[in-house]
Amino acid sequence: MRVVADTGLCQGHQLCQGEAPDVFGFDADADVVVVLHEHPAEERRPDVAAAVKYCPAFALSIEED
Amino acid sequence: MTLADVPEVSTAIDDQGAEVPAIIKGTGHLPEMRVDPIALFHRVREECGDVGRFRLADKQVVLVTGAEANEAFFRAPEDVLDQAAAYPFMTPIFGRGVVFDASPEERQQMLKNQALRGEMMRGHARTIEAEIRRMVADWGDEGEIDLLDFFAELTIYTTSSCLIGKPFRDQLDGSFAEIYHRLEHGTDAIAYVDPYADIESFRIRDQAREELVAKVQAIIAARVARAESIEGGIPKQDRDLLDVLVAVGYDAEMVTGIFISMMFAGHHTSSGTASWAMIELLRHPDVMESVVAELDGLYAPDSHGAAPEVSFQALRSIPVLEAALKETLRLHPPLVILMRLVQEDFDLLGRTIPAGTVLAASPRVSNRIEEDFPKADEFDPGRYVDPRQEDLQNRWTWIPFGAGKHRCVGNAFAMMQLKAIFSVILRDFTFEPVQPLDSYRDDFTKMVIQLAQPARVRYRRRAGEAS
Repeated sequence: MRVVADTGLCQGHQLCQGEAPDVFGFDADADVVVVLHEHPAEERRPDVAAAVKYCPAFALSIEED
Repeated sequence: MTLADVPEVSTAIDDQGAEVPAIIKGTGHLPEMRVDPIALFHRVREECGDVGRFRLADKQVVLVTGAEANEAFFRAPEDVLDQAAAYPFMTPIFGRGVVFDASPEERQQMLKNQALRGEMMRGHARTIEAEIRRMVADWGDEGEIDLLDFFAELTIYTTSSCLIGKPFRDQLDGSFAEIYHRLEHGTDAIAYVDPYADIESFRIRDQAREELVAKVQAIIAARVARAESIEGGIPKQDRDLLDVLVAVGYDAEMVTGIFISMMFAGHHTSSGTASWAMIELLRHPDVMESVVAELDGLYAPDSHGAAPEVSFQALRSIPVLEAALKETLRLHPPLVILMRLVQEDFDLLGRTIPAGTVLAASPRVSNRIEEDFPKADEFDPGRYVDPRQEDLQNRWTWIPFGAGKHRCVGNAFAMMQLKAIFSVILRDFTFEPVQPLDSYRDDFTKMVIQLAQPARVRYRRRAGEAS
């Protein structure tokens, strides 16, 4: 899978960091999400999927490789 | 530059007709928007497709629907589309000088600094759980409530407590909710001609606002008197946003306007969604049963007798309930139209939309596009179960919270609140309708849509839940 963040939509809620802190970081200056691992291991899928599902800005998505 | 290449929708009500009030004669589609906006917006899509237009007095309104046009609308640069000017009915409610909505940058700053931060949510969840329990404390074993009265009062307490502070909330009673409701009701579309027109609903609105200012004035006076009576002023733990605003020199008029605007976005929206969720669950007993079973399972004590608190669980996944809430939001979005005033000529999918036009998107219409949501008029929480995920699959048409940078900044708060409400009331009580299920409906005659009354339901304490 490939993790995609649309920083044009991100509102800086930072909830994704709670779900998968190893995959999602935060650019404090720009106030937007940073994808730390674009291709996380398959076993990270449940947490990444939860981050995508609960993102209040609908800014995240998973694309299948 | 003209709008000639954007088709105009047909007319359903003659704007010179005898039943049209004199003040809005000749205003195009305004008379229809005052009585049946849903039919008007749906007809725009049916007749004109993704981009169509109607007229409100001297304003041309271009209404977009469908993923491509919605995305262009929601991604438009901030300085091109202005929100405040598109909602003239809000100015007399907030008061002159009170901002309608902050820019995305300011919103983000507010989010970081205060009430809606992720880390504040746990405290809000506790507050909300306590407020719900306070509301049902005197319910007894059975009785009747009106959904609008009940949820409108509850959400006055939750929004005031979470956004302003508990000391302020503790000064409020049911009368505050009643006055606030009259204010929300003063949103007749006649405001597109004159927001201060001499009509009854605006007189009621202005009277209600004066009553709110008087209440806030009394709360401020009591707060100031108390501060003077205590050495060192009011103890830190008893202070809230009110003390801050008074300290910087705002008067009751301004403070009231700020509080009204802070509470507005989260009040009628959450109240209406809670009401409609209850109605849809009553209309679909199979869904109600699966939601109650999910809650009973989640909150069941473990072998040590320990059970999760509502304030803990409401911040976590409750998938069956969440799906029912999302489906409620899709069918009954609290805001049926989102509008922006075009500030400078704007390119929308190859058409030039001239400055001065109102550009709009409709959650009500987009949420029911058949190609994106098969059997769109049916309540089907299964839409949100993997792999369908019709909300994530349709980010630009599943838009009960809007989309883009302006997507409702309080949506995580709202979902948490709804999960907490139903966690409490569905575990302690069962509900049944006391009027025909198809008689529950919205009142669309004002721009702020509210449940039409009566909307009564009967509750009964569940066996084993001693009062």
